[in-house]
Amino acid sequence: MSLELNAITKSFGALIANDGINLAVNDGEIHAILGENGAGKSTLMNIVYGLLQPDSGEIKVDGKVVTINEPSDALAVGIGMVHQHFMLIPVFTVLENIVLGHENTSKVGKLKLHEARERLMKIANEFGFEIDPDAYVENLPVGVQQRVEILKALVYEAKVLILDEPTAVLTPQETDELIEVMKRLRAQGTSIIFISHKLREVKAVADRITVIRRGKVVATAQPSASQEELAALMVGRPVNLMPDKNPPKVGAPILVVKDLEILDPSGRALVSDVDFEVCAGEVLAIAGVQGNGQSELAEAMVNLQSHVRGSITVGGVEIVGKSVHESLHEGIAFVPESRELNGLIGSFSIAENLILDTHREAPYTKGFALSPKAVAIRGEEQAKEFDIRYQSIQDPVSSLSGGNKQKVVVARELSRPVKLVVASQPTRGLDVGSIEFVHERILAERDAGRAVLLFSTELDEVVALADRIAVMYAGKILAIVDATVSREELGLLMAGVKK
Amino acid sequence: MKKVWERIAGSALLPFLSFLLAFFISGFFIAFSDANVLKTVGHPGKFITTALSTVGNAYLALFQGSIFDPNLTAGHGFMRGFYPLSETIVTATPLILTGLAVALAFQSGLFNIGAQGQFIFGAIGASYVGFHFTFSPVLHVALALIAGVVCAALYGGLVGLLKARTGAHEVIVTIMLNYIAGFFILWILKTTTFLRPRRIDPIAPDVKPSAQLPHLAGADFRLHAGILIALVAAYFVWWILNRTTIGFQFRAVGANASAARTAGISVSRVTISTMALCGALAGLGGAVHVLGSQYALTADIGGSFGFDAITVALLGRAKPFGTVLAALLFGALRTGGRTMQSNTTTPLDIVLVIQALIVLFIASPTLVRFIFKVKNLKTNAAMTAKGWNG
Ligand SMILES: Nc1ncnc2c1ncn2[C@@H]1O[C@H](COP(=O)(O)OP(=O)(O)OP(=O)(O)O)[C@@H](O)[C@H]1O
Ligand SMILES: [Mg+2]
Repeated sequence: MSLELNAITKSFGALIANDGINLAVNDGEIHAILGENGAGKSTLMNIVYGLLQPDSGEIKVDGKVVTINEPSDALAVGIGMVHQHFMLIPVFTVLENIVLGHENTSKVGKLKLHEARERLMKIANEFGFEIDPDAYVENLPVGVQQRVEILKALVYEAKVLILDEPTAVLTPQETDELIEVMKRLRAQGTSIIFISHKLREVKAVADRITVIRRGKVVATAQPSASQEELAALMVGRPVNLMPDKNPPKVGAPILVVKDLEILDPSGRALVSDVDFEVCAGEVLAIAGVQGNGQSELAEAMVNLQSHVRGSITVGGVEIVGKSVHESLHEGIAFVPESRELNGLIGSFSIAENLILDTHREAPYTKGFALSPKAVAIRGEEQAKEFDIRYQSIQDPVSSLSGGNKQKVVVARELSRPVKLVVASQPTRGLDVGSIEFVHERILAERDAGRAVLLFSTELDEVVALADRIAVMYAGKILAIVDATVSREELGLLMAGVKK
Repeated sequence: MKKVWERIAGSALLPFLSFLLAFFISGFFIAFSDANVLKTVGHPGKFITTALSTVGNAYLALFQGSIFDPNLTAGHGFMRGFYPLSETIVTATPLILTGLAVALAFQSGLFNIGAQGQFIFGAIGASYVGFHFTFSPVLHVALALIAGVVCAALYGGLVGLLKARTGAHEVIVTIMLNYIAGFFILWILKTTTFLRPRRIDPIAPDVKPSAQLPHLAGADFRLHAGILIALVAAYFVWWILNRTTIGFQFRAVGANASAARTAGISVSRVTISTMALCGALAGLGGAVHVLGSQYALTADIGGSFGFDAITVALLGRAKPFGTVLAALLFGALRTGGRTMQSNTTTPLDIVLVIQALIVLFIASPTLVRFIFKVKNLKTNAAMTAKGWNG
């Protein structure tokens, strides 16, 4: 099935998010869309899927103009979408999630799952998905949940599948599997619109690439183009994909972690026997496949974990047992792993989010009173410094594009005087230009004599920033190696293989 | 300035449309529950006129009973016609304060079902200081109010403490504490300290005149200074929420508790202080009710002020000034309802139908949007799902 978008325009107030966009997706092609944060990619996709209404423009399916007012209209003409944030009900099984909204019931109202199950299994077989229809969604890894979303679209006969940043939350292995799935879908004749900031992936699967900048289509490219060329097309200037690093000037140890053990509420160890030091002026990256205890370790640095044994000192001061506020006050900047869950308050303004952890301090607070003016002034300064694209600093942060939200978190944390920077996945969802910027900022913190503890599942990022790399596996630090280590060796370590 | 107005209009649209719909539908209830109307079912023409006049009379009585009644002006002067309005405000005053107690909790992400119990404790504290001690007038009122506020703040703070320390859900705890307060007042009114001399039914002595809130419009009207206290309290709640550090923390915890925690805000401290403050507001309501219009503590002093407060806060979109308006509306419906019942054949219960319908429509913006074909109806962030994606 082919999809054609003609002159789609959509504005939010004074901001034109989509400005006369033309796009054609051919039958059985993987069409990648590249663009900076806030370029208007998600907006365009939400229009195609009926979540937003365009101000003008038309959508054609197989040459015929269609009106899409709601997602159900989109599904009816064969357009399916997988959101970055899954729309699944965790306590339902895979099958229940798939029939949700299309339930077939007997006369007395009993759910008839039998037909749905057959249909699901048939389609799963056809596309080579391995899935247990009776597994509860909450027990499935993220990658498999995503496959459930894709299956859901396929069961309702989607012929065009929209994937908006599907790989942002996946591990490298899961990403590879998704790429295989996409290739299989293409072979069966499904067209895919694929949005990603990871140029490597785009080059690996796309048949054609459309580049959007500030709401306009600025170029089309072939996947054979180099990453540097693609990056430059997106951002409109040459981008340094590998930051220049000065040799480290390593000082005294700032962060010292000894015999650290983190337990879950039932007393099971999530992290154990962790010992390491990070010195002033160096970046220690904690690498590893997601779910090996990194998230818990990162949270323990500011006492967000409640069952911790052992010792964590920052600049000689013991952190374990302090409140979160006191830990931050000891001079720690903390970029949490999930901006949606822990980094931002969606309904708060951009300005308010920029002072979330410093709101008690002058000039924002005087006595009891909070000064909205001081907050706004500070917000505008920071937004400018970090190139956050917004309309009004008083808009809710939830109106920002994904990447700009991440910049709000990074801006807040990296503009406080601290001794230690703890950053988890600091560039998740950022475009290449912003990644370059955040990487430069992190290295600048290092060069200014701060200790940096980086948690990242992106090998590229780890290699680009780290002076030393600690690999975590099954809750323990398997090895601490020099940043010059080969990718192969790192990969083996991450899989738990120690030479 | 225009923007501010647009914002107000935007957030008042849903309540306003719900209000219209509720009155429209209640009209059918009034007509079809009326014996005279039902008699005419066979004759369409007559049926419509009787139905319309019955509904019209009922709503007219509702208006006359709550705002202005020209019948009262005869011989007493024009202003006397506003007696119903004074009654509306007197009824609305405690409701504003209990409504604020629920609204503030909503803003911190808590469901305060306990305004009823907190209200009762406020009434007990104020009543005791009011009848037991003697002070100079202004001081006496102030001390009685403070006593009510402190009792209720402790009672509310207890909920916060239990939640913060043990994780007990505030809804369960407040419901239980409502029962405790209800029985506590029954018991305390039987003790010799509280029972009015030479009485056996549960009633305390009147508070001394020095502890009574002054009347605002002369002795003919019951309108008392409590409304001013309630309005100041509404402004205070707005100020706390929007202009103070602690209010910033309240809202942060209410909107995304885990992000607030990550930013170093102590969720348990916020929970305790919110609940104490909510208790204080509801308790102020109880105190004002005793010192302004009831004077004597009785077992049913609480009425349904604490429960209606939930509806009022919902209707007011958990915003302080919205809550004031919603409480005034409820006060009007309640006082007007009594007149409607006595002057027409329409029962007081219709008022409950109207109230229920308003809430029903507020809670289902999609329905209202569908009926009126309006696009961007603002729904309430504090009370709808908190999901947002990026
Ligand atoms: N509901 C909204 N109200 C106001 N502005 C909005 C809204 N949704 C999006 N925007 C703005 O429109 C622009 C485009 O946003 P969009 O989410 O489409 O970007 P994107 O290309 O998907 O970026 P990213 O790569 O960061 O996800 C942004 O500037 C964003 O702030
Ligand atoms: Mg996006």
